[in-house]
Amino acid sequence: MANTAHLEAHATGHDAAHDDHTPKGWRRWVYSTNHKDIGIMYLIFAIVAGIVGGLLSGVMRMELQEPGIQIFHGLAAMVYGVDGDAALDAGKHMYNVFTTAHALIMVFFVVMPATMGGFANYFAPLMIGAPDTAFPRINNIAFWLLPPAFILLLMSLFFEGTGPGALGFGGGWTIYPPLSTSGHPGPAMDFAILSLHVAGISSILGAINLITTIFNMRAPGMTLHKMPLFAWSVLVTAFLLLLALPVLAGAITMLLTDRNFGTAFFKPAEGGDPILFQHLFWFFGHPEVYIMILPGFGIISHIVSTFSRKPIFGYMAMAYAMVAIGFVGFVVWAHHMYTTGLSLDVQRYFVAATMVIAVPTGVKIFSWIATMWGGSITFRTPMLWAIGFIFLFTVGGVTGVVLANAGADRALHDTYYVVAHFHYVLSLGAVFSIFAGWYYWYPKMFGYMYSEFLGKLHFWVMFVGVNLIFFPQHFLGLAGMPRRYIDYPDAFTLFNRISSYGYYITFFAMLIFFYATWEASRKKRPAGDSPWGEGATTLEWTLSSPPPFHQFSTLPRIESTNAH
Amino acid sequence: MSRGGVSYAAYFALNPVWMHQWNSIRGFEVTGQFLRKMGAISAAAMALAPVLATAQEEGGYAAGHPLPGQFHLQRSVTPIMDSITAFHDGILMWSISLIVILVLALLIWVVIRYNAKANPVPAGFTHNTLVEIVWTVLPIIALIVISVPSFGVLSDQLTTPDGERKYLGANIFSFGEIEVPAPELTIKATGQQWYWDYEYVDDDLAFTQLMLNETDRNATKPGQPRLLAVDNELVVPVDTTVRVQVTADPMGVIHAFAVPSFGIKIDAVPGRLNETWFNARETGVYYGQCSELCGKDHAFMPIAVRVVTKAEYAAFIAAFKAGDYDAANATLVAIK
Repeated sequence: MANTAHLEAHATGHDAAHDDHTPKGWRRWVYSTNHKDIGIMYLIFAIVAGIVGGLLSGVMRMELQEPGIQIFHGLAAMVYGVDGDAALDAGKHMYNVFTTAHALIMVFFVVMPATMGGFANYFAPLMIGAPDTAFPRINNIAFWLLPPAFILLLMSLFFEGTGPGALGFGGGWTIYPPLSTSGHPGPAMDFAILSLHVAGISSILGAINLITTIFNMRAPGMTLHKMPLFAWSVLVTAFLLLLALPVLAGAITMLLTDRNFGTAFFKPAEGGDPILFQHLFWFFGHPEVYIMILPGFGIISHIVSTFSRKPIFGYMAMAYAMVAIGFVGFVVWAHHMYTTGLSLDVQRYFVAATMVIAVPTGVKIFSWIATMWGGSITFRTPMLWAIGFIFLFTVGGVTGVVLANAGADRALHDTYYVVAHFHYVLSLGAVFSIFAGWYYWYPKMFGYMYSEFLGKLHFWVMFVGVNLIFFPQHFLGLAGMPRRYIDYPDAFTLFNRISSYGYYITFFAMLIFFYATWEASRKKRPAGDSPWGEGATTLEWTLSSPPPFHQFSTLPRIESTNAH
Repeated sequence: MSRGGVSYAAYFALNPVWMHQWNSIRGFEVTGQFLRKMGAISAAAMALAPVLATAQEEGGYAAGHPLPGQFHLQRSVTPIMDSITAFHDGILMWSISLIVILVLALLIWVVIRYNAKANPVPAGFTHNTLVEIVWTVLPIIALIVISVPSFGVLSDQLTTPDGERKYLGANIFSFGEIEVPAPELTIKATGQQWYWDYEYVDDDLAFTQLMLNETDRNATKPGQPRLLAVDNELVVPVDTTVRVQVTADPMGVIHAFAVPSFGIKIDAVPGRLNETWFNARETGVYYGQCSELCGKDHAFMPIAVRVVTKAEYAAFIAAFKAGDYDAANATLVAIK
C-alpha cells in the first residue's frame, strides 16, 4: 500500500518534498532506501571484493608459473609462523583455501553484487520508469547483509580448517562432503556456511524486491513485452535466485547439522550419501551460473543496439531465449556429476538436456550480430567490451557443448579444460559484460565522462591478458592436467607459464581501470543527459546525469509504438 | 600412415605458433578409420598426412603420460579412449572451431561493413523470420548429429563387456565393430588421503601405491616423471578386459580414479562401489592423477598402471601369491 501511496504522491506533484529530505552524510548511505545509492554501494562493494578475489588468484598463478612449490610454503611460514615440513603442509592446504576463497568471493561477492546488486538496482527501475524499487527498506537490508557475509568469509580464512596449523576451508567452492564435514573439523567451514547463508538471504531479498518492482511498478503503457531486455534479464535472474538459493540454503544447513548436531545426511557410515549433497548443490549451482551471466546478456543487448543506432533484432526471441535458458538451466544440474557413477540412462538424459541450452544461447549470439547488421556502428569503449563479450562468450559456450557430452567429459572432467571453459563464460563473459555496463552507464551514474583512450586501452590490454591466461588452459586440460593442483608434472610447464604471464598483463589492465576511474573523477568532463546519441532509447537517458535523487515524479507514459 | 590429420589441422588453424610441436605428436591412429569415412572434409586434412607420418616416425615414444607442451588428448591405448579421441578430435573440435570462426567472421564483417563511416545511415529492421528459423533449426540439427556418436561413445564407456557386445573404437559412426572380451580380472582401487590402495579381488592380494618423493624417484626411477612416479605400479595384463571397482575409505573423502590413456575417470566415493573397465592393447606404464579435490595432498596421489604381457602377468601374480608385492615386482623388468 505504501507503494501505491508513493506513486500517488508523485503523480500529484508533491515530489519536490522528497528532494528536500535528501539525507546527508553517512545517513544517506547507511540508512539508504534509494535504489540508485544502494546500486552504487553494491558496485563499490563488488570492486573491493574483486580486488581481494583477484589478488588471491594472482598468488595462485605465481605459484603455478613454475613446477614445484615456490610461494605457498613461504606464505604459510609467514602467516602461520611454522616452518619446514609443517610449512609445506600448511602451504598445500593454503593453496586449496585460496582456490576456494577466490571462487566464493568472485561468485557471491563480485559478480552477483555487481550485476544483480549494482546494475539491476540502479537501472531496472529507471528502465521501467519507476520512482524506486517496491521495497526500499528490503533493498537496504539486502545490501547491508553483504558486508557481514563477506567479513564472515574472510574470518573463516583465519580459523582452524583441517587441523592445527591448517587455517581456512580448502574444499573448493563446491563444498562437497565429506571433505567439508569430517575433512574439515575446524570452525572455518562453519564460518563459510554462515557466510553463504547470510549472502543467500541478501540475494533472496534482493530478488523478491526486483520481481515485485518489475511486475508492479512499470510505467503506464510499458507492458512486459515492451520492457527493455535488461529488465527482462533481471526478472528472469531474480526468479532463478528465488528458486535456486533456498536449495543451497537447505543443503548447507544439512552440512551444518551433519558437522555439529550429529545428523547423517551425507555420512555414508550412518546411512547418508555424499552424492545427495552434490545433487542439491548443483541444483543450485547450475542456475547460479546463469544468474551470473543473464544480466550480462541484457546489458550487452542495450549496448549493441545503442552503438549500432538500430533497434534490437528479434526482441521477443531475445527475451524468451533468456526465459528458456533460465528454465532449462534448472534441469541440467547433473552434467557436473558425470563421473560420480550416475547410470547410463541418467547421463544420457543430462547430455540431451544440456545440449538444448545451446539453441537459445545461439539465438542470442546471432541476434546480437543481426542487431549490428545494417547498423551504423561507432566503436566507443562500451561497444568494444560488448563485441569482445560476444566473441569470448562464444568461445566459452562452444567448449560448454564439448563438456555437455558425457562421453567427451570423461576425459575432461575436473581438468583445466573445465577451468578454461567457465572462466571464458564468467571471467571473460560476465566480467566483460560488467565492464561494458560500467563504461556504458558511467556517464549516467556519475555525470562525468571517462577517458575514451583509457577505456579502450583497458579493454585491449585486458583482452590480451585474459586470453593469455585462459586459452592455454584448454591445452592443459586436454593433456590431462587436473584442477585444483598446487604442483603439476613438468610436462605442463609451458602453458602454465604463459597463463601466469597473462595474469600479470590482466593485473596491469586492472591498474589502467582504476586509473581511468580516478582520472574521470578528477577531470569532471560533463557527460550530458544522453551522451550516446539517438541509439540510446531506454528511459534512463531521458533523465539528467546523474539522475535526480528521486526520478519520475511524473510517471513517463510509454507510447504504443516500439518502446525497446 | 596417412591418418589423423584432422584434429591437429583444427588446432593449428587456431594456434599456428605451436607448429613446431609436430615432432612430439603421436596418437592419431584413432581418428584414422573415422577419417576415411568423412569424405570431403577429411580429404583436405589428408593433405597433411605425409608431414605427420614423418613426424610420427621421428617422435617414436610410447609414453603413458603428458609430454612437454602437449595441447591435445593423451595417447590412446584402449577402444574407449579411441572413441573419445575420435569424437573429440573428429567431431567436436571441428564443430566448435567452425562455429567460432563463423561468429568471428560475422563480427569482422559487421565491423568492416557496418561501421559508421561505411554505413552512415542505419537500417531499421528488427525481424527476419526466415533467418531466425534458420539459426534455430540449424543448431538443433548440428546437435542431433553430435548426439548420435555422443550417445554411442557414452554407452560404450558405461557398459562392461560381456564378450558379445561390439564396441565402437575409433569408428564412432559404426554400430560397433571392435570385439572386447568379458572381464577376466577385477581390481579394486580405494582412495585414501593421500594414496591409493589396490586389491586383486580374484586372488585376494592387496598392496599400497605411494607417490615417490624426489629423493626416492631420483634413486630408483629417474626416468619416470616427477609427481607421477610411484613405488608400486598396478600390474595388469595386456589385451585383457580389466574390471575396476573404485571406492574410497569409508571414513575418508571423495577422490577420483583416472587414467587418461585408457579414457577412464570415475569418482571414489566413501560408501559406494563404482565400476569402470579398460582393455589396454599396448604394454607400458600409464599414469593418471587424482581428479577430485581431496585435501592438501590432492596433487600428490598419482595412479600408475603397468601393462605387461600375459605371461609376465601370470608370473607376477604367482610370485605375489607365494610372497609379496616386492617379490612379484622382481619378476618384471625394473622400471627406470
